[in-house]
Amino acid sequence: MRAVLWIKIFAGMKAIARKHWFLVLALVIHLIVLLFDSSVGMTVLRFTGKNALNFVFLLVPVFLLTGLMDVWIDRETMIRMIGEKSGLRGVLAAFLLGMVTAVPVYALLPVGGILLKKGSRISNVLIFLGASASIRIPLLIFESGSLGFRFAVTRFMANIFAVFAISFIVEKALTGKDKAAIYENAEKSIPQ
Amino acid sequence: MNSLFSYVFYPVVLGLLALSFVKDKKKTLLSLKRAWKMFITVLPQFLAVLFPVGLLLAAMTPEMIQNILGSRSGFAGILISSLVGSVALVPVIIAFPIASELLKSGAGIIQVTVFISTLTTVGIATLPLEIRYLGKKTAVLRNLLAFLFSYVVAFIAGVVAI
Repeated sequence: MRAVLWIKIFAGMKAIARKHWFLVLALVIHLIVLLFDSSVGMTVLRFTGKNALNFVFLLVPVFLLTGLMDVWIDRETMIRMIGEKSGLRGVLAAFLLGMVTAVPVYALLPVGGILLKKGSRISNVLIFLGASASIRIPLLIFESGSLGFRFAVTRFMANIFAVFAISFIVEKALTGKDKAAIYENAEKSIPQ
Repeated sequence: MNSLFSYVFYPVVLGLLALSFVKDKKKTLLSLKRAWKMFITVLPQFLAVLFPVGLLLAAMTPEMIQNILGSRSGFAGILISSLVGSVALVPVIIAFPIASELLKSGAGIIQVTVFISTLTTVGIATLPLEIRYLGKKTAVLRNLLAFLFSYVVAFIAGVVAI
């Protein structure tokens, strides 16, 4: 009886490890650090704890917004705005949307996911993510303050070029099958 | 910066939520339910990002970054700066003062720019998360291109902004 239970627990753990292998790996590495150097390990733990709080603080509105977008924005509207055939207007809309946000890329990924689910063009999602990462109006002011106006503006302009170039190159590299897989994945990652 | 943005973001989102609630209670509850489900499904992956970030933050203090980036010049310096920027997850608000100090202490403008660019656009630690949302090919390609274009941006800045 007991052996069966252990086997069940082991199988369950294996399933978790396979599904969240990256988390398990991170935990194992952290455990090793903790064993080797407990003071460094504690520092890491402190940083991780502080980060976790920041993370949740940052992510709560992101997910609330994602949920709202999911129920209120219908697919047709989104497709018209930034979908496959939205053209220059869609590019511009994605760019402006990204430019006014100032959170790290990883925090905006759920929003990217919902945009894909609603039928946004892949390059437009990448423009949105790229613009929010490196072209930020709020940040420009801060950057000129610490690095100089000329430097900040040069970087700003070069980044605009880079964001568009990256987005279009990635989209060109994707085959029809790749794109279908991305949309299917977006559909799955947002539960009904 | 991030928390500052949150202070604006929170009232906006809460306002939208209130508006949504007034317009349609049922839809709003559904949106909350979906938001919660989405949050729970990706939480393990976000947590998986937190640990490496904690490790990196413990390993890379601003002083250390300054030492690594400041002490080497030439192409080796540019390469190292871009690699540090790719793995580090320092908030930009902290990175700009570091960059400013580096420039004052004589570091090259290309090294500093490539560091800022890779820091904001390339995320090795957050790659698993990006793969989840964008797929492996898109995520890897995006990061790779962002890495290459960080050099382009840095060289442009190096030529123009002197």
